[in-house]
Amino acid sequence: MNSIYAVLIDGTIYASWLFLVAAGLTVIYGVMRILNMAHGSFYAIGAYAAASMVGWYFNGEGAALPVWGSYLMLVVCALVAGLVVGLVIERGLLRLMYGRDEILMVIITYALLLILEDGMKMVWGVDPYMAFQPYAEMGRSVLGGLKVSNYDLALIAVSLVVGGGLWAWLERTNTGKVLRAVIHDREVAMAMGVNVGLMFTLTFVLGTTLGALAGALTAPAISVAPGLGVEVIVLAFAVVVVGGLGSIEGAAAGALLVGLARAAAVHYAPELELFVIYGVMSLVLAVRPQGLFGRTLVRKI
Amino acid sequence: MTNTVSVTRKTLRRLSLTMAASALALAAVAPAQAAENGKFRLGIVTFLSGGAAGPFGVPSANAAKVVIDQLNAGALPAPYASKGINGAEIEMVLIDENGGATKQVEEFRNLVQRQKVDAVVGYISSGDCLAVSPVAEELGALTVFYDCGTSRLFVENKAPKFVFRTGLDAAVDNIGAARYLAATRPDITRYAGVQQNYSWGQDSWADFTAAMKQTLPKAEAVESQMPKLFQGQYGAEISAVSVKRPQIVHSSLWGGDMEALVLQASARGLLDDATAILTCGESALERYQGQAPNGTIVGARGPFGAFAPQNALNTWFTGVYQNAYQMAPTYPASKMAQAILGLKHAAEKAAKAPGEIPAPAAIAAAFKGTSFESVSGTVQMSRADGHQALQGISYGEYHYDAKTKKAELKNVKSFSGTCVTPPDGTEAQDWIKAGFPGAKCE
Repeated sequence: MNSIYAVLIDGTIYASWLFLVAAGLTVIYGVMRILNMAHGSFYAIGAYAAASMVGWYFNGEGAALPVWGSYLMLVVCALVAGLVVGLVIERGLLRLMYGRDEILMVIITYALLLILEDGMKMVWGVDPYMAFQPYAEMGRSVLGGLKVSNYDLALIAVSLVVGGGLWAWLERTNTGKVLRAVIHDREVAMAMGVNVGLMFTLTFVLGTTLGALAGALTAPAISVAPGLGVEVIVLAFAVVVVGGLGSIEGAAAGALLVGLARAAAVHYAPELELFVIYGVMSLVLAVRPQGLFGRTLVRKI
Repeated sequence: MTNTVSVTRKTLRRLSLTMAASALALAAVAPAQAAENGKFRLGIVTFLSGGAAGPFGVPSANAAKVVIDQLNAGALPAPYASKGINGAEIEMVLIDENGGATKQVEEFRNLVQRQKVDAVVGYISSGDCLAVSPVAEELGALTVFYDCGTSRLFVENKAPKFVFRTGLDAAVDNIGAARYLAATRPDITRYAGVQQNYSWGQDSWADFTAAMKQTLPKAEAVESQMPKLFQGQYGAEISAVSVKRPQIVHSSLWGGDMEALVLQASARGLLDDATAILTCGESALERYQGQAPNGTIVGARGPFGAFAPQNALNTWFTGVYQNAYQMAPTYPASKMAQAILGLKHAAEKAAKAPGEIPAPAAIAAAFKGTSFESVSGTVQMSRADGHQALQGISYGEYHYDAKTKKAELKNVKSFSGTCVTPPDGTEAQDWIKAGFPGAKCE
């Protein structure tokens, strides 16, 4: 009984994290049809930026700075890092590659991942960074006998806000309507006077910022070390594929499915833990090759 | 005209082919030759990138740099006061261990055949050690493994000639951990484990549970979690361990993974109810900053780092390391220093005249079964036919003073080498299961 309960809580917490990581990836694919391998690096950049800034914040001369400032710091780090990196990469590189084959874009973003990994090593070195204060300061709650970190619970709220915000933006605003038109048919949208280039820049920067935000919000709970981004991209990819590439609802459903399956494996059959995520992925793909919420594209002749 | 050109090309090609062939033949037949500049060329291989670089590789490389500089300046206390190695200046060739075993074998061949190093000191990853060891024997290249802990090293390399290990076998860590618990917490009944899901984690858990059955037969393993390497987030694992209410949580996690587990488990309250015993815990002593609860048991994979004894060599080493890098040396740094000192000791024992660089076979013969002074005390090369170091192991409790921001070790207990190491010819698991026959504990 206790275990089922723990599985639900652990699974939800893990799912909320997975969703945060996968949201940016699926947004970029949905609009731009780019399977962005460099997403893992955006996550890592967000994590490194947050960890070093929070470390600086707490090691400052005053020392008695309020803790809430560090939460602000996390969000600001993510926004700044995502904005700068997203703009530079989209304007400086991807803009020149639009219209190419999807496979080529995968290779380009993979190259970007490798370059950024080494770039981060040059900037931040190889020592792990710890920025535990925001995580430790929030304390913990006892939910039915299970001690849970409040920071993790807050992450659930954040991912609900991010998911809801994305959905509302796409479905309830004018820009969202235009974006959906671009998703549906890029050429017709262009013919109708939509500034597709601007939409792409907007989407890419949004996706990058979401990736950086996921990294920044994860940083306090982990030790930020080289190779972080590569570990994450595989998971995010699995979630997005399960949910259907390019679908926000899909990413949420995929995250929940993968999160709960993994938590159940950890509690009941730890030896299956390594395999369970890919097990879920292959089961879903066997039944629905386009993923849970994936749209089958009409092939244009 | 064209004809002449093609003839020349053909001749050239034939010439280069012959040269390549003879070079290959030479490489295959001739043993490694010394660098011809009169210096002792020393290959150092350790992680400079990847997840193991921060906690292990970089401190090791830093230790190698500072020790070699000091040796070349002749600034060491006795018995290592002579300059360099036997008077010859040491020239370091530093190689990154990242990239996997196949790449490391290639890099090793490069070091020996092209760079013509006189000896190689290195390797953290057990996979790399197992892959490099047969190549070292084949090339006749003197190789000192300083850190990798696999028990299979001298099981696979049955008659070692050129391969030595100055670090300890990983079984020692976990036998030592079980003995420490038996000595300090004899009432334990429930323990759990969190290990990384690869050979290191699996072997550690197997050795630890087997040893616990002997030292604390009443204690029961209530949970075992094997998260994947570099997972970083242990929420579900911590819950799964928590609901089983263990008194002790054993973990062989290292580096960022270990720090993340400690941070999350202490924030989640698991470490309020249970005490963690971390076999690699000492490497983060300066980094926990109070995030590990006081009383957490840490080890250093031998008498290294903060567990190293007070002696002239360790005082010297701690001093120069602290001067150069503004922090105390952790255990990987001590282990690197130990390997280099062992090599110097053997080379000087083998040399007949000052300034001479003895051949690898001569150094190996002198290294075999010797005992030398090190930063961790006296090291006896008395296992695996004189190729494996025998040393004790220590564990202690981590205590952090928030006012001075300093960590210290309390309740330190040490176990002698013969107490935690299986005799030659017995595999660790068999020795543990038989109840440590012949163990001599002080």
